[in-house]
Amino acid sequence: MKFKNRNFFLTEYLGRTLVTLCGLLMIGITISIIGFIMSKGIQSFTQSHISLSDMLFSKNWNPSDATNPTYGSLIFIVGSILVSVGAVIIAAPIAISLAVFMNYISPKFGEKILIPVLEILVGIPSVVYGLLGATILVPLIRNTFGRVGFSLIAGIIVLSVMILPTIASIASDAVRAVPKDYLEASYGLGSTRWQAIKLAIVPAAKANILTAIVLGLARAFGEALAVQMVIGNTIKFPNGIFDPTVTLTGILAMDMSNTINGTAWNNALWTLAMILLFISFFFILIIRLIGRKGGKQA
Amino acid sequence: MKRGLKLTFAAMLLTGVMAGCSNNSSGKKASTDEKQANLSGTVTAAGSTALQPLADEAATEFMSKYPQVSITIQGGGSGTGVNQVTAGAVQIGDSDVPAAEKLTDPSLAKDLVETKVAGIGFSITTNKDTGVDSLKLQDIQNIFSGKVTNWKEVGGKDEKINVINRPASSGTRATFTKTVMKDVKINDSIGTVQDSNGAVETAVNSTPGSISYLANSYLVGDKKGALKTVKIDGVESTTENITAGKYPFYSYEYMITKGEAKSPVKEYIDFVTGDEFAKKLEDMGYIPVSKMNGLK
Repeated sequence: MKFKNRNFFLTEYLGRTLVTLCGLLMIGITISIIGFIMSKGIQSFTQSHISLSDMLFSKNWNPSDATNPTYGSLIFIVGSILVSVGAVIIAAPIAISLAVFMNYISPKFGEKILIPVLEILVGIPSVVYGLLGATILVPLIRNTFGRVGFSLIAGIIVLSVMILPTIASIASDAVRAVPKDYLEASYGLGSTRWQAIKLAIVPAAKANILTAIVLGLARAFGEALAVQMVIGNTIKFPNGIFDPTVTLTGILAMDMSNTINGTAWNNALWTLAMILLFISFFFILIIRLIGRKGGKQA
Repeated sequence: MKRGLKLTFAAMLLTGVMAGCSNNSSGKKASTDEKQANLSGTVTAAGSTALQPLADEAATEFMSKYPQVSITIQGGGSGTGVNQVTAGAVQIGDSDVPAAEKLTDPSLAKDLVETKVAGIGFSITTNKDTGVDSLKLQDIQNIFSGKVTNWKEVGGKDEKINVINRPASSGTRATFTKTVMKDVKINDSIGTVQDSNGAVETAVNSTPGSISYLANSYLVGDKKGALKTVKIDGVESTTENITAGKYPFYSYEYMITKGEAKSPVKEYIDFVTGDEFAKKLEDMGYIPVSKMNGLK
């Protein structure tokens, strides 16, 4: 009898403790990461006396200048925004169309071929995308449009291929979640299949599709290696799509390991990381707001 | 059955712990007994990826001489090297530039002891189609500052010059700025930036009219003919020219320790700079420190 009780205690409370510890661990890790980045990022302003408006709005990034170093990050922020928004503009329509195709036009083909294909695309490491971009896409752009080949458009194309499966799979879930009643009701009113899709299903799934798009945008914003390999990394505003430029993640990847803790340059890079973190928070906030609003509507 | 499994795991764990402990104790014993013939201990180094191949090769040879010493070399960049050795996480920081140049606050550098372990030459490389064999120092300055934009202005074909730089924090670029560009600023808003030696090689080979700079250690062996190198003021980038002071584009590789190096770190650094390793060092594209006497 006693043995049975002890066993019960162990399984119940041991299990619960372990699981609770895991949850606390995750929260602890997240808080420590955020706290660390913020404490290092603030050092630019407290230790190195860089002004906040300079850092955010100035376009002069010149930390290696011995006499007058400047730390303006506007070019990086604009570069990151341009490349991720560009990628979403290309990838989102294709992804939504794929979602509609997989669920309404050709479900069998969608299930057997498209879903595995999308899963494979998601599984390809980003460095492979970067390599493909650098060896195939960049010379292609160079031979067709002149210039150097390393350009904003190369970054946009590589990124859109990378975020396409992400947006497509979530959008597909969104479309599938629309209740069949909507489709039936639309047919009942005399619509064709395409009218039903365009006017009833897709608008009903709008909230979740928007979530998918913002997730894709967040992923595009945070992508470092693949973009850095094809975008040219020139520290200037691009004059057109075929001009090279630079992103927040790219400059972080290139300079972080070569600067030394405590120097103003290193602090400025940590501030860039902090800016990246805040922008990701911003995206997550938007996703939750959309989710909540969509929920209310339904 | 279950009990047997638990016993087996426990036995394995115990054996592992005992093996680990026993290694340590025998190591300590050897180091106190015979210092000269039987060095032992661990050496950890991190930092410059330009120095890393040399450090790796030296570590392999050193460990075959003294099997009781275990050496680990990591990369991560010159900045990482200096950071780690200052924090005490590694014993040697590999760096392409003296720590004082990277640290703006000299008090951070006061404990660090630098040893020059090799000299290294760099070359200006261009795409094969540019048509120039030699460039004046002034021309190179004008190209990288953006004043000259076409190869025909410096004696080559009529083709746009595509500048390829390394990131501003790179040790290679720091050497380029110090010895070639001098007071002339590199224009960061022209051309493109590639992160690593490999990426620079690919970019230079595939971009028409391109020009960049690479360490000579990268241009040895089967890579020798892959890139076109350009002479500076008619002088080629060879060891003889550098040690004679005729070729300006070179620098030293440093191994930095916190305080004076102790055994076996000291023996390892002495080995890297010693005559035994000098031939291998030259084969790998570096210059032995002994030959660099008389230069800055």
